Amino acid sequence: MVFARDPLRQAMLASIYGLVLGLLFFAWQAPDVALSQTVVGAVALPLMILLALAKMRGGEE
Amino acid sequence: MSDRVRMGVFAVTGVGLLAFLLWGLAGLPDFGTYRGPYGDILNRIAVPERSATDVVTAVNFDYRAFDTLGEEFILFAAVVGVTSILRAMRGERTRAPDDEAAGRRVPETSLAVRVIGLGLGPPTLLIGIYIVAHGHQTPGGGFQGGVILATALLLTYLSADYATMRRVGPTWLSELAEGMGAAGFALVGVAGLVAGGAFFENFLGKGTPGELLSAGTILASNFAVGLAVTGGFALMLSEFLQQTLTRRRGRGRRPRARRT
Amino acid sequence: MSFLPYAVVAYVAAIGLYGVVTSRNLVHLVICLSVMQSSSYLLLLSIGSQKDASAPIFADVPLGTRAVDPVVQALTLTDVVVGTTVTALLLALAVQAHKRYGTADPSELRPERR
Repeated sequence: MVFARDPLRQAMLASIYGLVLGLLFFAWQAPDVALSQTVVGAVALPLMILLALAKMRGGEE
Repeated sequence: MSDRVRMGVFAVTGVGLLAFLLWGLAGLPDFGTYRGPYGDILNRIAVPERSATDVVTAVNFDYRAFDTLGEEFILFAAVVGVTSILRAMRGERTRAPDDEAAGRRVPETSLAVRVIGLGLGPPTLLIGIYIVAHGHQTPGGGFQGGVILATALLLTYLSADYATMRRVGPTWLSELAEGMGAAGFALVGVAGLVAGGAFFENFLGKGTPGELLSAGTILASNFAVGLAVTGGFALMLSEFLQQTLTRRRGRGRRPRARRT
Repeated sequence: MSFLPYAVVAYVAAIGLYGVVTSRNLVHLVICLSVMQSSSYLLLLSIGSQKDASAPIFADVPLGTRAVDPVVQALTLTDVVVGTTVTALLLALAVQAHKRYGTADPSELRPERR
């Protein structure tokens, strides 16, 4: 995810990474953390990244 | 500092840092063996003492409620920061959102998307409330449930348009929720003081473990935090959306819609 | 095998730091910062983990079964949510910086500050 230079691609990868982390936390017997990580890292974070990107791109026209 | 110099400095210090990190990590006990006393003690006494079967939530809202107060206010401060940073700058105007800009044909959200959004919206709301309310029994609690509730709001934007989301979750409601949640949590702590104990003392009656109405103040704190997190995230998301959709540069160039 | 989680922690932290230092785009920088934060979650959780132990929720599990450390999970839990909020703050800063200076490249932003 660090090596993907295009921020848009990074946003998608960030979502997948968040999901993978959530699953890992679940495997490590930590249901609370898995819940919050999945919800936050797979939904809220990529959303904000996408919105920031859209805003920056909209100003470049 | 030019790029080359920066990379050079980073190479040296980065390797050094990594070496220290690995050395420190090597001193830890093996993965899978746990030596600390607190975890085992807590696991043993949390349920009889506080009637909360979810020990993690009990730790968050009862044993270490003071830390959660601090984190709650970090959330609050960050939301305030986002709102104030993203306010309209000089030279920007507020235009109508993309969906309503005259002369621009935005594809209507298809029926399938609308139906799915409508179908998923209320269950998400319900699940969010359930997770907040049952925080002390099953995995969940204020933080998780709050974020889920905020995504329920987001679903209305995705399946309908921006104006509908504004109507369903107006800004003043999110702000009210955020403020009341944060204040409510602090009040629970103060109420503990008032009731003659320590700050954040769990003074409400504790029922039997496993019932919904048990675990004393943990229930109240859960609701307060859930409210605050919902309001906070909804505010942040709507601020970002507002930035993207309605604020344009002074010359009013044609905006590009958010990629759906 | 038993050192693997800690090695992963160090790897993730190092990669994130490398990304922060060599970033060309502010948004990319913020994402790498959140990657470094996630390495700290990994570390916290792997410390509290126990072999053949279940989750520290006793809703339907008899009391007395071995469970993993709840303190560490409580820390990570709030850490995740607060970390996202702070990342949102950083993203807002990035957006605003882009608006002011017209560029999202950290190395181009620096001379303007003088």
